[in-house]
Amino acid sequence: MILYLIRRLLALAGVLIAIAAVTFLIFYVLPSDPAAAACGKTCSPERLAGVREYLGLDLPLWRQFLDFLSGIFTGRTLGSGQYAVQCDFPCLGYSYENSLPVWDLLMDRLPVSASLAFGAAVLWLLLGLGAGVTAALRKDTATDKALMVGAVAAASLPVYFTSVMLIYGVIRVAGLLPYPSYHSFGEDPLGWASNLLLPWTALALLYAAMYARQSRGSMIEAMAEPYIRTARAKGMPERTVVVKHGLRSGMTPILTIFGMDLGGLLAGAVITESIFGLPGIGRLFYGALVSSDQPVVLGVTLLAAFFIVVANLVVDLLYAVIDPRVRY
Amino acid sequence: MTTTAPGAGGQTPPAPVPGGAPAPEAAGAAPAAAATGAGPWQLARRELRRRPAVRVSACVVLLFVLMAVTAPWLGALGGWTPGEFDKTAIDPYLGGQPLGSLGGISPAHWLGVEPVTGRDLFSRVVNGAQVSLLIAFAATAIVVITGTAAGTAAGYFGGRTDAVLSRLMDLTMSFPSLIFMIAMLSVAKDVNRIVLMTAVIGLFGWPGVARVVRGQTLSLKHREYVDAARVGGSGAWRILTRDILPGVSGPVIAYTTLLIPGMISTEAALSYLGVGVRPPTPSWGQMIAESVAYYETDPMYFVIPSVFLFLAVLAFTLLGDALRDILDPRGGRT
Repeated sequence: MILYLIRRLLALAGVLIAIAAVTFLIFYVLPSDPAAAACGKTCSPERLAGVREYLGLDLPLWRQFLDFLSGIFTGRTLGSGQYAVQCDFPCLGYSYENSLPVWDLLMDRLPVSASLAFGAAVLWLLLGLGAGVTAALRKDTATDKALMVGAVAAASLPVYFTSVMLIYGVIRVAGLLPYPSYHSFGEDPLGWASNLLLPWTALALLYAAMYARQSRGSMIEAMAEPYIRTARAKGMPERTVVVKHGLRSGMTPILTIFGMDLGGLLAGAVITESIFGLPGIGRLFYGALVSSDQPVVLGVTLLAAFFIVVANLVVDLLYAVIDPRVRY
Repeated sequence: MTTTAPGAGGQTPPAPVPGGAPAPEAAGAAPAAAATGAGPWQLARRELRRRPAVRVSACVVLLFVLMAVTAPWLGALGGWTPGEFDKTAIDPYLGGQPLGSLGGISPAHWLGVEPVTGRDLFSRVVNGAQVSLLIAFAATAIVVITGTAAGTAAGYFGGRTDAVLSRLMDLTMSFPSLIFMIAMLSVAKDVNRIVLMTAVIGLFGWPGVARVVRGQTLSLKHREYVDAARVGGSGAWRILTRDILPGVSGPVIAYTTLLIPGMISTEAALSYLGVGVRPPTPSWGQMIAESVAYYETDPMYFVIPSVFLFLAVLAFTLLGDALRDILDPRGGRT
């Protein structure tokens, strides 16, 4: 187990470094000049050269990349002499746009994106598993078909359409909820939930179908197993049979998708955040793209990759918890 | 994973007719006679015909494909080109609102017009279908070809080839793909947007196909008929193309059909975000992005491209679901 974990963590670091390298290449090699972006519109050639040196862009590419990497682990000093700036431990550089450390910008926005992702995940698991299990228990009935087609239809709606319709219906016409603005969970839990309810719903509708289909398939399979008959024969209540014996064995594939989905969402839902005006990482990313703020774009990409890789690792470890046959 | 799907080549050589190549005896022959000795593809086709949902979604898919292929002519039927302004269809005193009800739907403009410019929505939606489906299909082709090649190679050769390819799959799957696509598309400046989008979208999809194909290949490569071919002196290339490929084609076709709606959505999302197809060229996502601001004043403008996008994605998903149930009842799920 420990050995497995060490191996996986090493692989994880490797993947992250590879992703950092690819991202770095794309942004620093493709025709766009970060120095010009950092320097602004009224920039003299001398000043541009100065900025280039300050940002370390005059160094060979591999040096720049190594500096960037070591900055993440140990922090580094940007520039020299009187302009030197100490960039502390998880140093991802400074935003060209507002000169704030990228790490602080990301951590500032993370609670919003994380709230959005976790809330939506709870909702889509409830919707998806609920629909899937119900459909499986009523296999081949009208309920089953209606649920499955409904799930696919909901997932086929583009999220920007669902979001706009939700805003129109619930906020503009019915006036049931305020227009979303982020409230911190610690200060105002009720405001937090009511403001995020619509974005959660929009995302959940998109994701739930996959879970409905998957859980329906696994449930149908599991409920035909002999151990279900045994459980029933023991006189176990049907509810316990379904949840503890049926659902649990079908959880492995669902967990795999869940890890990927949640990991991917944690670093921001670009479209949903923009439509609902939530100040999360997705919007930070989009804004940074528009203004060619490369350190921020690079930071968001790395953070997103980090979440995906970690989520996959956690999922693999959870397999052993869910399925006693799995050992590492 | 030992799947013996109807399409997985359970029996040996009388090999399935690849793709949709019309097998005349299957299409026209008396069903009673075929029932006993039907090949996997015939069985699949018969099963597909039995389901009404499949028939409807197949028709919708066909309509969309026809619409995309004939877009320049079909669009011209309405009498307008996608970029043509019609100042007579809008009300300059009402901020360029379309004249008439329902977003200006009239005999002259079958689906109404865009506010402000008065461009014909029918022509734009039809031409947008061409752009959206072209990108989706081309990206799917890249994904399927790369994925199948990588998957068969990894599964058949095993060893170091498998190790390298499998690591590459893991790595590609760890990329935050949407964020990456947006970033790549926004950095690239003067290139053909359609080609670029196809390449970028195609880049991240192949590991899914490769995994399915790899698993299938692993289960096929030690079947007797493959061994027989090997003993008979067939080279690796011949075995891969003649014996393995027909065997993996069932799951691959099912997976491919399910990839297309995802590709359509991705293209639309990227264009919606403004990093996809650039304005004079219409695409559904970009039309929706432009119309969001008008959803209250001119709802039809917003609803029409959304409905087209929705129907296309839904029809492809339903068709793909059915194909997967039939061609690959157990495998193919990550």
